[in-house]
Amino acid sequence: MVNLNPAAEATSPPLWLLAELTYRCPLQCAYCSNPLAFTRYQNELDTEAWFSVLRQARAMGAAQLGFSGGEPLIRQDLEALVSEARQLGFYTNLLTSGVGLTAQRVDALAEAGLDHIQISLQAADPELAQALAGSAKAHANKLAMAKAVKAAGYPMVLNVVLHRHNIDQIGDLIALCDELGADAVELANCQYYGWAFLNRKALMPTREQLVRAEAETNRWRETLAARGRDMSLLFVVPDYFEQAPKACMGGWGSIFMTVAPDGAVLPCHSARELPMTFPNVQETSLQDIWYQSDAFNRFRGTQWMPTLCQQCDDRDKDHGGCRCQAYLLTGDMNATDPVCQHSPQHGLLESLITENATITSDQATLIPRNARQSKLLQTKQLQGQAESQSSLAAPSPRQLPELIYRQ
Amino acid sequence: MSQQLAMSHHDIYQLRRGWRLQWEAIQGCHVILYPEGMVKLSATAGAILEQVDGHQTIGDITAILQQRYPGAETLADDVVQFIDEARSNGWLAVKEVHCG
Repeated sequence: MVNLNPAAEATSPPLWLLAELTYRCPLQCAYCSNPLAFTRYQNELDTEAWFSVLRQARAMGAAQLGFSGGEPLIRQDLEALVSEARQLGFYTNLLTSGVGLTAQRVDALAEAGLDHIQISLQAADPELAQALAGSAKAHANKLAMAKAVKAAGYPMVLNVVLHRHNIDQIGDLIALCDELGADAVELANCQYYGWAFLNRKALMPTREQLVRAEAETNRWRETLAARGRDMSLLFVVPDYFEQAPKACMGGWGSIFMTVAPDGAVLPCHSARELPMTFPNVQETSLQDIWYQSDAFNRFRGTQWMPTLCQQCDDRDKDHGGCRCQAYLLTGDMNATDPVCQHSPQHGLLESLITENATITSDQATLIPRNARQSKLLQTKQLQGQAESQSSLAAPSPRQLPELIYRQ
Repeated sequence: MSQQLAMSHHDIYQLRRGWRLQWEAIQGCHVILYPEGMVKLSATAGAILEQVDGHQTIGDITAILQQRYPGAETLADDVVQFIDEARSNGWLAVKEVHCG
């Protein structure tokens, strides 16, 4: 038989499915990784369509499942989806802001077979949390729900997205997580995709802030160990401050797939912002999408890589880094991730960090992630395209990030 | 998890709450699943962990596996070594530990 697709032969089955149930969210975090144009995708898959996605992914070998969004709790069929997923044999994780969670719902989800709930916190105090997420009540509710999750016997992972406005609170944040009884805390500096890319200048910490925060985390690790308290702390530095790129998603189309609210299937939840077309599970089977689609085969293996990466010993380790980051920073999704110190564009990051250290910004400069802003940005993008076409300038793939920056 | 005691053959372990052992037909191996993560297990590790059920002691587990794989000479050591490793990975919870 003729092998039409040499890449598919080496392709291993997916292990991870991220089900983004909805882009709707009661919060407006300015570092959200959802696409800027999220309002464009309003037709959410219905319950039956999600059941089909779950069955297909499980049959292909996926075992880890994340229910995410937006805020997945907005979906009234969440319990039904959890129940189906659990019966299929998935390990079910709910990634939530905690808004919309009640003690009854915690129990209902446990009954449906949910394995794990991860709640995200914005800040250590309600005032900053409100300034960041746009909700006055959310913080108190999160704390109450974290306690309810713990009381229901779930393993509890708390997640805090760090940035220049809350990173100096890291000691208070860890203390709060300790008090809430967390088993693990992810102190993840935000990475600049989606809304976080739009807001990156107002979000990027300084090097000094990062160093202090990491040292404080290390002090806490010692304190916790001395007390015999088993709460692991994971500290993630922003890619922009690294010298070697991450093996993004374990490699494009290697272990991970995201199904977006409208059924688009993506190799990661940020990929939608790349200048590519992604297949939809309403038109094509997941099996075909994973093994046969141009989108999933596009960056598999090493053939697509720039020479710099092809000749590098780390090519099978970091897979050339993150495609979305390469695109957002250089306008070329085939480029070496500029996070790599060997990238000719690595200097971009150095200048950004240096330049940013001199900027003072407060939370008021953050553009909130909401439907109004999303529509506004899309209008600006269209206007920008019209302008560049009338002046006969070649439309550059850089347009989107550049244009958004100008506002 | 800082003070790791030496294990005794009378110790009883179970999987930590929220941690799950599962056979994955597509991968052809056992995996251990936990919050946002999974580890593929070797055939030996899978066979041992399958017996870690909160009832059987380490001694029981060794005896059962010895019966099932009579040719495996280092089995007693393998069991202790793997359970120790699983314990330090945070996969297991102590049901009953006997000192001495």
